Amino acid sequence: MEPTNDRDPNYFHQVVDCQWACPAHTDVPGYIRLIAQGRFDDAYLLNRSANVFPGILGRVCDRPCEPACRRNRVDGTPVAICRLKRVAADLSGDVTDRLPTAPETKNGKRVALVGAGPASLAVANDLLPLGYDVTIFEKYDRAGGLMRVNIPEFRLPGEVLDFETQCIIDMGATIHYNSPVESMRELLAQGFDAVFVGAGAPKGKELELPGRHDDTTGRIHIGIEWLKSVAFGHIESIGERVLIIGVGNTAMDCCRTSRRLGGTDVRVMARRPRDFFKASPWELEDAEEEDIDITVNHAPKRFVIEDGKLVGMEFDIVEWDEGARHSTVVDTVTIACDDVILAIGQENAFDWVERDLGIEFGEWETPVLDETTLQSTLPQVFFGGDAAFGPKNIIWAVAQAHQAAISIHQFCQGRDVTDRLPDTMTLESQKMGMAQWSYHNDYNPSPRQQMHHVELTQRFAALDLEVELGFDAEQTAREVQRCLNCDVQTTFKANLCIECDACIDICPVRCLTITANGDEEDLRSRLNAPSVNPDQAIYVSAALPQTGRVMVKDENVCVHCGLCAQRCPTAAWDMEKFELDIPYAADFDLLSKTRSDTLTRS
Amino acid sequence: MKSPTKPIIPLAVLPKNELGLTVRDYEGAMSTLCAGCGHDSVTAAITQMFFEISMPPRDIVKLSGIGCSSKTPTYFVRGAHGFNSAHGRMAPIATGANAANRELTMIGISGDGDSLSIGMGHLAHLMRRNVNMLYVLENNGVYGLTKGQFSASADIGSRSKRGVANVVAPIDPILLGLSMGATFLARSFSGDKAQLIPLLKAGVAHRGLAIIDVISPCVTFNDHEGSTKSYRFMREHEIKEIETDFVPWEQEIAMPRSKDDAKEITMHDGSTVRFRSVPEGYDPRDRQKVEDYIREHRERGEVATGLLYLNEDSIEVHELNNTPDVALAKVPFEKLCPGSAVLAKIQESFR
Ligand SMILES: Cc1cc2nc3c(=O)[nH]c(=O)nc-3n(C[C@H](O)[C@H](O)[C@H](O)COP(=O)(O)OP(=O)(O)OC[C@H]3O[C@@H](n4cnc5c(N)ncnc54)[C@H](O)[C@@H]3O)c2cc1C
Ligand SMILES: Cc1ncc(C[n+]2csc(CCOP(=O)(O)OP(=O)(O)O)c2C)c(N)n1
Ligand code: SF4
Ligand code: SF4
Ligand code: SF4
Ligand SMILES: [Mg+2]
Repeated sequence: MEPTNDRDPNYFHQVVDCQWACPAHTDVPGYIRLIAQGRFDDAYLLNRSANVFPGILGRVCDRPCEPACRRNRVDGTPVAICRLKRVAADLSGDVTDRLPTAPETKNGKRVALVGAGPASLAVANDLLPLGYDVTIFEKYDRAGGLMRVNIPEFRLPGEVLDFETQCIIDMGATIHYNSPVESMRELLAQGFDAVFVGAGAPKGKELELPGRHDDTTGRIHIGIEWLKSVAFGHIESIGERVLIIGVGNTAMDCCRTSRRLGGTDVRVMARRPRDFFKASPWELEDAEEEDIDITVNHAPKRFVIEDGKLVGMEFDIVEWDEGARHSTVVDTVTIACDDVILAIGQENAFDWVERDLGIEFGEWETPVLDETTLQSTLPQVFFGGDAAFGPKNIIWAVAQAHQAAISIHQFCQGRDVTDRLPDTMTLESQKMGMAQWSYHNDYNPSPRQQMHHVELTQRFAALDLEVELGFDAEQTAREVQRCLNCDVQTTFKANLCIECDACIDICPVRCLTITANGDEEDLRSRLNAPSVNPDQAIYVSAALPQTGRVMVKDENVCVHCGLCAQRCPTAAWDMEKFELDIPYAADFDLLSKTRSDTLTRS
Repeated sequence: MKSPTKPIIPLAVLPKNELGLTVRDYEGAMSTLCAGCGHDSVTAAITQMFFEISMPPRDIVKLSGIGCSSKTPTYFVRGAHGFNSAHGRMAPIATGANAANRELTMIGISGDGDSLSIGMGHLAHLMRRNVNMLYVLENNGVYGLTKGQFSASADIGSRSKRGVANVVAPIDPILLGLSMGATFLARSFSGDKAQLIPLLKAGVAHRGLAIIDVISPCVTFNDHEGSTKSYRFMREHEIKEIETDFVPWEQEIAMPRSKDDAKEITMHDGSTVRFRSVPEGYDPRDRQKVEDYIREHRERGEVATGLLYLNEDSIEVHELNNTPDVALAKVPFEKLCPGSAVLAKIQESFR
């Protein structure tokens, strides 16, 4: 193989599994180390610079980082990355004077944002400090989007949401509540320099089965509408026997909310077997802990209505083939119930965007967009969040918002929106002395810390009682040490190597090999520890001076313990901290440097 | 400064041997040698070798004298028995230990100073007696532990770190062994585990004394320009004309002889040493040829490595002395030491 180009920021970025998996590329090991040092304000701000809503995401993020975390490959469970984010938010002091601010003098450009969900707010967060005049139009009387009206307060307390949404609005956005945009044409006519559509995917999917419209008592609900009514206080109770149709994350919020509104026999009805559920495993666990029954292999057939009143639902009991692609009906049952909640998905709704404006739509009512710039076919209109590519999650909304903000900035400054800055990196040696590193390189065998929950007996006392209690000091102290510091990279200088094998012999996971060069498949077959993960790169050095062989490192298993660098007599190995510099809107404009200057990193 | 530890990482990928142990179970304490010391590589090779042959740690005895090399038994097979003797005195201790319990597998680690300076007299007798053990001589041409004075294996002309050339003739442990009647003589290099590990296995299988002279650079005091025991010198001057595989008895059937095998020597337990290549006219059983070969290379400044000499008819110390098959340590005390009355009777028979 050719020598690995580890000067390409993407190479080391991929080694930091969590950061790579995070759509917003949050510097996870960086903030975990700050927490370990008790620097909670800094940990909060480091988070915020990438993901904008640390307190919110520290509770409800979909956390793609955790399945990716290297620790899974070491002891089977990831670092509790999300919970630690919450620690940073819970324990940080008053950071308001370190948040970005908008300049007194504006830059003369006006941008309209449709919706006040996470996507729009994150765009505002990036554009306000650059002097933009930002106007937000929101359908409801409060900000936060689905985070506010759908995610229940027992998972995400209102105060957390208030703080993190309000600090953006307070930077100087003009926000019009109760102001649904009903015509894109009219909005465009107001002469904004750019429009960002962060309107989400607000329509709950229907389930057209016999009997759907025959109930006259209003006991068949659409999940996201129902949750919204609960959030607004319009619905305060539900029947005792509740069936939830669907098994995604919305279903989980519906069933748990039902338990709090009077449901005693709450069942989630799934068509497919458990391995194929859309809901995150931790949401399923939390629901089951609350005595909610999850029934598999039941396909809804019809609503059973008697005298215009819902009395139950009929299901086909099905068996699936392997891979759960084809099913056969083996039986039919009727399950009695008082209410049915349909939680089978969301859709975009762009009935307010006239089709003759030049904004093209593709299949499924989604706008035609450039995937990087998020620009629509009408140049001054940009999309982001659930409105862009259909329902996803908060962290994706934020990631897209950063990109959209860059595009809007480029567009308003008369520059090419496709002109993007590349990611850059810095590497800095962590050596402090003989066998001394500026990071905790010891492997800590602690198991993952379990989150404590409010007792079941007290949990349902109030709808807004947060269930998760957060980590205490001891749990935090243990959990931070589980992080393997994947950003402290092993870097190699082939010209210094004398091939003494010291690093090979010391590596606790045998991930280093000195061998004759070959193609990738061949090299992978000759490593000291079997190569089991083709998704992680193998590092290949230049030819070594004495024998012409190469140093090969399987990035998959390295635990970043630094022992190779410690045992190397010539300092051919070093442990260098990798810091990724992701360009945001502010970085496209040398005149404004509000973002990075306020940050002190570890 | 906190001394580093090598953590146990519960990765699933580490292979297990016949005893269900991983290579990590054959490790010892963390090495305190200089980073990059050749001795650490030899330790790693020994660890790997014991793992691969699935030797139960409790059946192993580790012995050594004094020196950086002699410190290394601490760094492998933590579950084994061990004795760290006085400088140069490993041989007599080993002889005693082997006399007491012939059932254990003995491995001795020594240095060129420990074996060829202060301990050479003992080594010569260990060779003569053919004590059944593997003797690894970690040869770096200096007294590493006492900061790099030339040892008895330093070549004439080899320069010290301060630039002074050695003027005294070296002792070559292989040539010494040939004249002392040693039965297994090999040379290797710490930087070449692919060669070293099979040699170590053959050494364990050999009945009698197996000497492996391992050139093992002292990275701190003898790895500079002008040294003849440096990593670079070895990489440039090592001659590997003799290449061997070790085939344990159980695998004998599974591994048919290839047509490239130049020679094959069967060991007492049925395992074989297969010479994949030997120089034209070379016979590892012929003392004279072996000596000529080594001398020729030495004169050219080359270091010949591999299994250089093997006596398949080796008779080890217990056979020479006609001791019982069972370990003396297991013979009941009354039988082993039958008392003064019996002694008096024996003495009487000599009168
Ligand atoms: C029940 C449920 C639970 C969820 N749980 C999680 C979770 O735990 N973690 C997670 O990461 N994600 C979760 N999600 C998904 C997440 O909430 C969304 O992906 C995210 O909120 C999308 O952000 P957005 O800004 O694109 O849109 P939204 O949050 O939907 O915000 C859009 C905003 O635009 C407003 N709006 C819409 N149309 C107009 C208009 N025409 N004029 C003016 N305003 C308008 C809406 O009122 C809303 O405030 C959940 C979703 C649901 C339904
Ligand atoms: C009786 C006695 N004499 C001298 C010494 C000092 N001494 C300690 S180690 C050593 C030489 C060790 O050299 P070697 O066996 O080659 O080991 P290395 O450190 O090179 O591996 C000497 C002379 C001693 N410990 N005991
Ligand atoms: S161990 Fe730490 S740095 Fe590595 S992937 Fe997990 S959280 Fe990220
Ligand atoms: S840091 Fe070095 S010694 Fe530690 S696991 Fe990675 S490669 Fe191995
Ligand atoms: S002094 Fe030399 S022999 Fe001793 S540990 Fe250091 S490098 Fe090895
Ligand atoms: Mg020595």
